[in-house]
Amino acid sequence: MSAPAVHSLWTTAAEPISKIDAPKIEYGQLSPTLIVIGAALVGVLIEAFVPRRSRYYAQVFVSVVALCAAFAAVVALAADGFGTTKAHIAAMGAIAVDGPALFLQGTILLAGLVGLFTFAERRLDPAAHGNRVDSFAAQAASVPGSDSEQAAVKAGFTTTEVFPLLLFAVGGMLIFPAANDLVTLFVALEVFSLPLYLLCALARRKRLMSQEAAVKYFLLGAFASAFTLFGIALLYGYAGSMSYARIAQVVDGTVTDVDPALANTMGNDALLLIGGAMLLMGLLFKVGAVPFHMWTPDVYQGAPTPVTGFMAAATKVAAFGALLRLLYVVLPGLRWDWRPVMWAVAIVTMLGGAIVAITQTDIKRLLAYSSIAHAGFILAGVIATSKDGVSSVLFYLAGYSFVTIGAFAVVTLVRDAGGEATHLSKWAGLGRRSPLVAAVFAVFLLAFAGIPLTSGFAGKFAVFKAAADGGAAPLVVIGVISSAIAAFFYIRVIVLMFFSEPRPQGPTVAVPSPLTMLAIGLGVAVTLVLGVAPQYFLDLANQAGVFVR
Amino acid sequence: MSFPLLTATAALPALGAVATAAVPAARRTAAKWLALTVSLATLALAITVLVRFDPDGSRYQLTESHAWIKDFGVRYELGVDGIAVALIALTALLIPFIVLAGWHDADPLETGSRRWRPTQGFFALILAVEAMVIISFEATDVFLFYIFFEAMLIPMYFLIGGFGDRAHEHGEEAAATQRSYAAVKFLLYNLAGGLIMLAAVIGLYVVAGNFSLTQIAEARANGSLHMATSTERWLFLGFFFAFAVKAPLWPLHTWLPNAMQESTAPVAVLITAVVDKVGTFAMLRFCLQLFPEASKWATPVILVLALISIVYGALLAVGQRDIKRLVAYASISHFGFIIMGIFAMTSQGQSGATLYMVNHGISTAALMLVAGFLISRRGSRLIADYGGVQKVAPVLAGTFLIGGLATLSLPGLAPFVSEFLVLVGTFTRYPVIGVIATFGIVLAALYTLVLYQRTMTGPVKPEVSAMPDLRVRELVVVAPLIVLLIFLGVYPKPVTDIVNPAVKQTMSDVQKKDPKPEVEAAK
Repeated sequence: MSAPAVHSLWTTAAEPISKIDAPKIEYGQLSPTLIVIGAALVGVLIEAFVPRRSRYYAQVFVSVVALCAAFAAVVALAADGFGTTKAHIAAMGAIAVDGPALFLQGTILLAGLVGLFTFAERRLDPAAHGNRVDSFAAQAASVPGSDSEQAAVKAGFTTTEVFPLLLFAVGGMLIFPAANDLVTLFVALEVFSLPLYLLCALARRKRLMSQEAAVKYFLLGAFASAFTLFGIALLYGYAGSMSYARIAQVVDGTVTDVDPALANTMGNDALLLIGGAMLLMGLLFKVGAVPFHMWTPDVYQGAPTPVTGFMAAATKVAAFGALLRLLYVVLPGLRWDWRPVMWAVAIVTMLGGAIVAITQTDIKRLLAYSSIAHAGFILAGVIATSKDGVSSVLFYLAGYSFVTIGAFAVVTLVRDAGGEATHLSKWAGLGRRSPLVAAVFAVFLLAFAGIPLTSGFAGKFAVFKAAADGGAAPLVVIGVISSAIAAFFYIRVIVLMFFSEPRPQGPTVAVPSPLTMLAIGLGVAVTLVLGVAPQYFLDLANQAGVFVR
Repeated sequence: MSFPLLTATAALPALGAVATAAVPAARRTAAKWLALTVSLATLALAITVLVRFDPDGSRYQLTESHAWIKDFGVRYELGVDGIAVALIALTALLIPFIVLAGWHDADPLETGSRRWRPTQGFFALILAVEAMVIISFEATDVFLFYIFFEAMLIPMYFLIGGFGDRAHEHGEEAAATQRSYAAVKFLLYNLAGGLIMLAAVIGLYVVAGNFSLTQIAEARANGSLHMATSTERWLFLGFFFAFAVKAPLWPLHTWLPNAMQESTAPVAVLITAVVDKVGTFAMLRFCLQLFPEASKWATPVILVLALISIVYGALLAVGQRDIKRLVAYASISHFGFIIMGIFAMTSQGQSGATLYMVNHGISTAALMLVAGFLISRRGSRLIADYGGVQKVAPVLAGTFLIGGLATLSLPGLAPFVSEFLVLVGTFTRYPVIGVIATFGIVLAALYTLVLYQRTMTGPVKPEVSAMPDLRVRELVVVAPLIVLLIFLGVYPKPVTDIVNPAVKQTMSDVQKKDPKPEVEAAK
């Protein structure tokens, strides 16, 4: 037998390949993400090649330019109609370019930019050995308290890697709410989570606490990622596809081309329900909803305060974006199953966050629990399952992120010999010593409490209105009750600042550089503008309130 | 476009507040004069509103309407009826006296930082409260009203918690603790009420689709907007709860004695004579117009609560050892009368209630401000620390007596007219309640006269023997109030003329007619 004849015994000749479909990538529409990730890579190169003394300036410059350019790209895309009429799915079905995605990307970029200002602050800590230092460890690898740490401090090292890390995190967050298939969702989740774990460990002072926070965050985060991944696997097993649109069709039962494998699995509701629940769990962990909130207070407290502010604002925006897309695009056919569960989660989140916050004595932990309560309020809007629900959540997130970053930026200013004075008792009488700082912080607290004429009120009203419209009136009542509970501890801080006698050895308020002032000033301005004249931004959120499928 | 008079009346004190707050730390006196000037200018604007208002004209006058937050169906809509005009005038009238009476209340004692400016803050906060109260009286958009109803808590909270009487029997530390307790209690009670109202406001929007008082009331009247009975009742309760906390009605009243006791006398007047009026006013304007059926449904319970307020407030006033606390409980009793008049659903009752709001404002201001002058001289709020003041300071004692007599509704002084109207209005429909409420007057005589007797008559206590009489500034505060009390007591027609048409309108909203007089003997 001839060789070809023998060969043909165990092989068959495939049809000759006429052409390979090159993946079609709409680079222009993905430009915000690409710019940020590209700048992050440039940042890594800067670490490798630029001399140590100019790294800080190079990194800050690159980061600011990248974030501004990315924001400009988002605005250009939105102006081009990609948020409304031209909304579609780009990158071979992996990324959605639509209203919610663009709105949230814009919010994340601005939050990232303001967060970056607080990262770059170098006037608060006293200069060490003649070098100006920021809030981050001199050398992350050196053991706390060791000689090598002292040597690093003496040599004036600073961890300028935080800037590329921030950009990577922002890049992941930009994809997260726009991800249109489950793999992209998971990759984005990891891309923004890993830099955040790292950033949490980098505090200059109280390093052990900071590292503990990072380990906790990492372990629990890894756990949540595992859940997410398992949920993704089950959903894939159910629908035979990673694509959001395809899964939605299978869930709805509107799928047309059923192959035998799919016909076998699509009747199996256990796969769908367990998979969906696990995926939800992973997202609720990132959002910080009860009962997946345990990491929040420890991580918020231990992480360097600028990181906490950035994380509290931007992670929440990205995670709620992904949650909205999952519930509204992938699982609307399942809403009779997930709505009762989300009701319960929203209720325990609102009440749990508000009640536990009352007993807190550390300002960062207090803000952590307050962020949990706010996650509950936002969930009330998510549950509305209407266009109003989407736009109210978008609006709430935009207002909330600026208040949060501003509030944490104020926390960085109040310092004593041990660094930031975060224990509440040290804030007594701050209003007497530094009326302006105390007044600004009071504005943020009032916005958190949802007092009228602040963004907090407009957001809360929008969310509750959507929830009431969507038939969730009891949720509104519970939301209102937990707002009243939450008001108690916000007010307590105001009482402490204005009506208590200052302590003799109380903390001082450091005079920050224009960067932090800008962050705080932007926070106050956005809070008041969204509170007094929210119409323009509500319109924007309204236009952006439709997902593409 | 005509001049936005209502906006100007509210905006002027708001701008004044900003300007006052911006006065440099060293120019304390300038801040005071600025605040006084602004409050007088506001009074001038309020008088212009009063003059331009035509009692026999359309229901809401001087209206303004602009789009605001389209998404929430919220418009910037202002308009005044007779009741609102009367209360705006009262507010604008009282603020200059409050400013003048509190002239030295916020002079800094301790040295804070150079940027610590309590005096500027004190007067700025008073003007801010004035602005918010005035705009709440003017708002005909439920959401707009709600925003300022809630927002006014913040400056009030700082006024109560930040400024107290100078001398305190347990020292400054204890005083600060009690003050912040009172301020937090005030805020939490009112915020809780406000948040429950927020739920009802959202509910109203879900049902009605907009927030315009006139539109909703019209749609309700002609039947195009139907509300299920249970929905209407829940919404009514949400609104009423907030107003009952603010007013305050028993059993939601307990924040008032603390707040009035711990704040300075002018701030106490601001709370009870100005801010609390927003609560009773809102019952008339929002509860009755938006939810007429539910209002009628709830009337028996509310009347009983009002009755309890009247008797309970008066009884507790009799037992007080603290002058300011006594006035606070007396006020609770008076708010009981006002709420009773509103929900008696007779035109005498409601006219009486509106008149009562005005008169109670003036009489409480007179009594409380003189009490404040007295307390500032001796440095104690306890009744037992005084005695024989009338021999030492006869003018002070005399004005205190007139304020007290007004509080117990002596005929010839203004409150008598309104109390009489309320009682008559209640009696025609609910005789038993009317009769029991009358005991409130007897108790009022008891607590006022006993207060006067214990503090002003008898042997002169050594601590008060060197007490100076009223100064010129203090006389300027008290004299006009007393003149007004006497004038409105003899000739209340100017106020009733403005109020009556508005009351008739409200009565027609709830579709209630006055009961026909019955003469049983004629049968």
